[in-house]
Amino acid sequence: MDVAKGQGARGRPAALVVGGGIAGIQAALDIADAGFPVYLVEREPSIGGRMAQLDKTFPTLDCSSCILTPKMVDVGRHPNIELLTYAEVVSVARVDGDGEGFRVRVRKKPRYVDVSKCTGCGLCAAACRMKGRIVSDFDEGIANRSAIYVPFPQAVPLKYTVDPDACLFLTRGRCGKTFLCKEACPADAIDFEQQEELVDLEVGVVIVTTGFDLIDPCIKPEFGYGVYPEVMTGIEFERLSSASGPTMGEIVVNGKKPEDVVFIKCVGSRDPHTGVPYCSRFCCMYTAKHAHLVRDKLPDARITVFYMDVRAFGKGYEEFYDRVKHERVLYRRGEPSEVYRDSKRDGRLVVLAEDTMLGQPIEVEADLVVLATAAVPRSDTPDVAGLLGLACSPDGFFQEADAKLRPVDTGIDGVFVAGCCQGPKDIPDTVAQAKAAASSALRVLVQGERDAR
Amino acid sequence: MEAEPRIGVYICHCGVNISATVDVEQVAEFAATLPGVVVARDYLYMCSDPGQVLIQQDIEEHGLNRVVVASCSPRMHEPTFRGAAEEVGLNPYLVEMANIREQCSWVHADREQATGKAKALVASVVAKASRLEALEPREVGVTPGALVIGGGVAGVFAALDVADAGFPVYVVEKSDRLGGRALDLNRTFPTLEPVAELLRPSIERVQEHPQVTVLLNSQVTGVEGYVGNFDVTVAVGGAGGESESRQLSVGSIVVATGYDVFDAHRKPELGYGQYPNVITSLEMERWLHEGDLTVDGRTPKRVAFIQCVGSRDVQVGHPYCSRVCCMYTAKQSRLVRELLPKAAVTVFYMDVRTFGKGAEEFYDDARAKGVLYRRGNVSEIVRQGDRVLLLGEDTLQGRPFEFEADLVVLAVGMECRSDVGEVSTLLKLPRSADGFFLELHPKLRPVDTAVDGVFLAGCCQGPKDIPDTIAQAKAAASSALIPLIRGTVPAESATAVVDADLCAGCGMCVEVCPYGAPALDAVWGVSRINDVLCKGCGTCAVTCSAKAIRLQHFTAQQILAQVDALLCV
Amino acid sequence: MALKTEPLVEQLELLGCIQCGKCTGGCPVARKTTLNMRGLIYEMLVEPKFNEGKHPELWDCTCCFTCVERCPKDVRPAELIIGLRGELVEGGRLPETIGAALMGVFRQGNPTGMAREDRAAWVDGDRSGRLAVKAAQDGCDVLFYVGCSPAYDVRAQKVTRALARALQAAGVDFGTLGIDESCCGNEVRRMGEIGLFEMLVEENSELFRDVGASRMVTVSPHCFNTFKNEYGLDGIEVLHYTQLVADLIEQGRLKLSHKVEKTVTYHDPCFLGKQNHIFDEPREILKAIPGLKLVEMDRSRERSLCCEGGGGRMWAEGTNLEERLAFQRVQEAAETGAEVLAVACPFCLLTLEDAVKVQGLDEQLQVLDVMELVDLALDDGGEGE
Repeated sequence: MDVAKGQGARGRPAALVVGGGIAGIQAALDIADAGFPVYLVEREPSIGGRMAQLDKTFPTLDCSSCILTPKMVDVGRHPNIELLTYAEVVSVARVDGDGEGFRVRVRKKPRYVDVSKCTGCGLCAAACRMKGRIVSDFDEGIANRSAIYVPFPQAVPLKYTVDPDACLFLTRGRCGKTFLCKEACPADAIDFEQQEELVDLEVGVVIVTTGFDLIDPCIKPEFGYGVYPEVMTGIEFERLSSASGPTMGEIVVNGKKPEDVVFIKCVGSRDPHTGVPYCSRFCCMYTAKHAHLVRDKLPDARITVFYMDVRAFGKGYEEFYDRVKHERVLYRRGEPSEVYRDSKRDGRLVVLAEDTMLGQPIEVEADLVVLATAAVPRSDTPDVAGLLGLACSPDGFFQEADAKLRPVDTGIDGVFVAGCCQGPKDIPDTVAQAKAAASSALRVLVQGERDAR
Repeated sequence: MEAEPRIGVYICHCGVNISATVDVEQVAEFAATLPGVVVARDYLYMCSDPGQVLIQQDIEEHGLNRVVVASCSPRMHEPTFRGAAEEVGLNPYLVEMANIREQCSWVHADREQATGKAKALVASVVAKASRLEALEPREVGVTPGALVIGGGVAGVFAALDVADAGFPVYVVEKSDRLGGRALDLNRTFPTLEPVAELLRPSIERVQEHPQVTVLLNSQVTGVEGYVGNFDVTVAVGGAGGESESRQLSVGSIVVATGYDVFDAHRKPELGYGQYPNVITSLEMERWLHEGDLTVDGRTPKRVAFIQCVGSRDVQVGHPYCSRVCCMYTAKQSRLVRELLPKAAVTVFYMDVRTFGKGAEEFYDDARAKGVLYRRGNVSEIVRQGDRVLLLGEDTLQGRPFEFEADLVVLAVGMECRSDVGEVSTLLKLPRSADGFFLELHPKLRPVDTAVDGVFLAGCCQGPKDIPDTIAQAKAAASSALIPLIRGTVPAESATAVVDADLCAGCGMCVEVCPYGAPALDAVWGVSRINDVLCKGCGTCAVTCSAKAIRLQHFTAQQILAQVDALLCV
Repeated sequence: MALKTEPLVEQLELLGCIQCGKCTGGCPVARKTTLNMRGLIYEMLVEPKFNEGKHPELWDCTCCFTCVERCPKDVRPAELIIGLRGELVEGGRLPETIGAALMGVFRQGNPTGMAREDRAAWVDGDRSGRLAVKAAQDGCDVLFYVGCSPAYDVRAQKVTRALARALQAAGVDFGTLGIDESCCGNEVRRMGEIGLFEMLVEENSELFRDVGASRMVTVSPHCFNTFKNEYGLDGIEVLHYTQLVADLIEQGRLKLSHKVEKTVTYHDPCFLGKQNHIFDEPREILKAIPGLKLVEMDRSRERSLCCEGGGGRMWAEGTNLEERLAFQRVQEAAETGAEVLAVACPFCLLTLEDAVKVQGLDEQLQVLDVMELVDLALDDGGEGE
């Protein structure tokens, strides 16, 4: 594909997919499988999105990477998909004339690594002066990396990238006497002269699959996040539990295996005070899953899940909830009010709540507290919305054209949304929406091709 | 085989998934000693880009003509490795995999024993690899057109997407109208729009679409063929109740047959059918539509809604959640408050599952409008004069109650249709434990099925609301469109072949094949296997007593060589 | 002395409970006592210890098993009551009257404590002169298992004799175990005496096997329930008499020719109806009686109101003596305009008849067993008034 000219294979109309998580991956694959060229733009160095961060998925307990990586690899090798990773969409304009199609400018950020030479061997990262000193976003801050990195081992493409905010040379102008990374690289792939590249594309449709963020738990200071090391978020727990994560899947807090684990749901969600009156939809299920994972790894731990409602609504979900309860996970109805450290109880954390079944306040000691934090629109949502002229719903996520009948269309012809950028949802619903957006896109592409002939 | 086998063996660490239990370096060293092996390596993630490149480079540099990857299950990455080989000119069927993860490192704990087993597995696959033959990947043509079974919301929207993309669509609907059960509804949640009006434009568009043929009062009675080439027989209903048979040829099929509503008579303790005061939510939709909530002429003063009737209930064989009832009850209860401002409206629930976009806010709104939510599933309903008494426990008060009501609405759930067995048999579609159709993968393949070319949409796969139904319908349309737009589909190459000289024409293979692939030649009396219908399952090959059938890629010689290798290690 | 909750929680798989409240909501005694089934389960789940001695309401449960029937997660809540009673019994902390009943079963094979030797005396009450009851041990098609109340209680004996006469009239080859018969143990298990129950199961099973009959019929649904669902009697078809008699009527072997011109309403016994779903056979029998008019109470079939006779309640008053469910029940029966309240269980018979008397309804309402009505309709039936 001639990317610079923006023409797809055999000059067919192309699709642009913005965001390379599972939604973007699925939408791209469907359109590409039908024979149309797709540009998949992803801001991070690798596609995969949030799903790559997960340990196991509910309710099947599939290893998330194991079911995701085949799709990632498919995208990587698909003859019809041009993968533009570590890149951002800078501008989108309508093509004049018929008013059909878009002219898109994409900025490919400099990796300072020549991807045609890099083999992903990792010697640069091992040699980097900043090794182990840069907080890893992928690992949600519970592990560190080097200034030159891949976000995770199964990255697609598996090419290293220099973090411009972490690299000594790029931030301070020098890195000791020599570039340790350059010296270590057997392929001579590192190039600090590399510039950003602007690419202009002409596409027939745009699908927005930019995903979501999670609320900062500090918005609920009463839970002690950031103060107590034993308090972590659900996504941090995913990394902790992951076999390829920083602790190789061992649940260890403060150097010990927790004996009492407490899960708190609805942290930020269903709460007008935090500006998130809506339900984040997947937390009930991932909390049940987390409880199961803890039970699996810590057979003797006491596990409590505090809840207001248990929203196990999907296929196989209620049955999974039943199963988890039978694994000696105690569900207690009551939204905890605060977490504090009690010096009189050996400095352990104590969770205060009312057990609404007993009608009494209770205190539960904990060595590990996991907060199911609210899913929120990404901070760059207004930017993306501005680029494309998209509207947002009151909840801040992208607004679909009709709440009932047009879940993936937007107010703009030829622009579609799918996945969590339209509202939080689980993987099956995300994949369905991504395919739905692909279907809408295919219609435009097929018609566009027909009209052009 | 053209030349001596030159085998490359790759042992994957899979991070630590394999290497934590199996000594992968040792296995690689061992593999290097096996006959035919030219190169043996171990690597962290064979499925990654560099892993692929490793194989490709070795194929080119070492002239490999066979590749063995010892890693996870072929279900994960077989296409990946085959694709990598194909890219550098090696026939994809000359690649084979040894599963040393799901079948070894993930099920054993003893490192020595697991390593030994991994070696044995690798040896056996290497033995097979040296006897592999190249098979040609094939594509077959696709009939441009789709069949949509079911004309409800899912069927209508799936049809629209396929038709808008320019392909002919047949919509076969059992009843006399399009729109399905949604047309029995009054208003939507959370937007409170009248459903019939909302759907009318889409239904009209389907009816008037030049690419769509709607067959009402019709039923699919036979499906033959395979993806891209289905031959469908439809009993098309005419005037006066007669039907005539019609043949359709399509490339893709979308199943959108919908659901049934739980029969509240199955919970006799709730008095449905006995008391006029007890109705189902569907009946309430009609009452709300007509604006008449009187029971035997009396305006209700106390209205109660009971959630989870027929759902989350093993007593009636429905352990699952019906997904839509919490929302529709919030909707109905709040509409009742608007119609009867003086009525006390109470919802009895176990959990409130208002999870969708705008849903929690909708639930908040219902309560703000005076709907009282009480936690406790009602146990039974008895008569109290003209009224009824709901017997239950308020679990938040911790006390049993006897709640008087004039009108009780049972939030009945969804269940699979009573004719789901017939459709299942017709299309060879498996079903999940909850009775609905089973999708190919619960997370990543929500609309695909085990049958290539047949896709699911809507509630026939599981309960869901209108937006999720439409998203799924469009998703099914996308899957259906892919072969139609491409014009061809790949056909399985590892199929069974009959040696006509050995075949005695006994017909056993015809009987045992689940796909109808073998057929006895009318003239010669020997079996011929349709290599597009054949899925390579091997049932015929093991059944044939004359050993006339050879399953390519799983020949007797290959399997026996595997067994020998296993026993030697 | 509190017990550790974990073993019972695990054994009874209480973790599946979602605290929906259907158990307490449908519990007949929840409204008149502090017994809260859901709350009990929850306490077992959240507390490491449970002080069973501080819960006298545990003896209020009638084991009607409405909670078991209704639980959407198949938790079987009443089994927790039985389990806790087991702990209490083991610790010797049980109401005196229950202890006496258990002792009676142990010593004399029946909870009344009357002599074993008198167990077959019911036969002597026959005034028709035709009743001939042979020993099952001599060989028979159908083992007629009498049961303790039907054997010893003067009122219930009438039902037993009526059944025996009917079986005879129908030409059924039946026999009884006479004084070798021991308590079935249904109530024993529900009172928490698991050890005694297991002993009875062993001894009774052997006895039944020796008899070699392929079918068994009982008078009481309680005996029927335990033989059918808890004993594991392979090769023996266990029937309640309503099933057998309905069948005999249908086959034409029982000729009901005398008119019984009464308006009758039928009370579904918990152990027959709710627990074993036998609702239709008793009604078929009643409808087959010429002249009989059947009317239904509102609370019929699955919603029948427990008479408070089961779960050991025949030998334990419970914590609320004033508000007896049997009082409410007979009022409901009277409200239908029926002259006869028909039952198919000796416990229901005794408690409801007592309630009729106490409520002063004996002028308008008579409590009769279905078998007694059949007896009246039989050619040569009747004990005489």
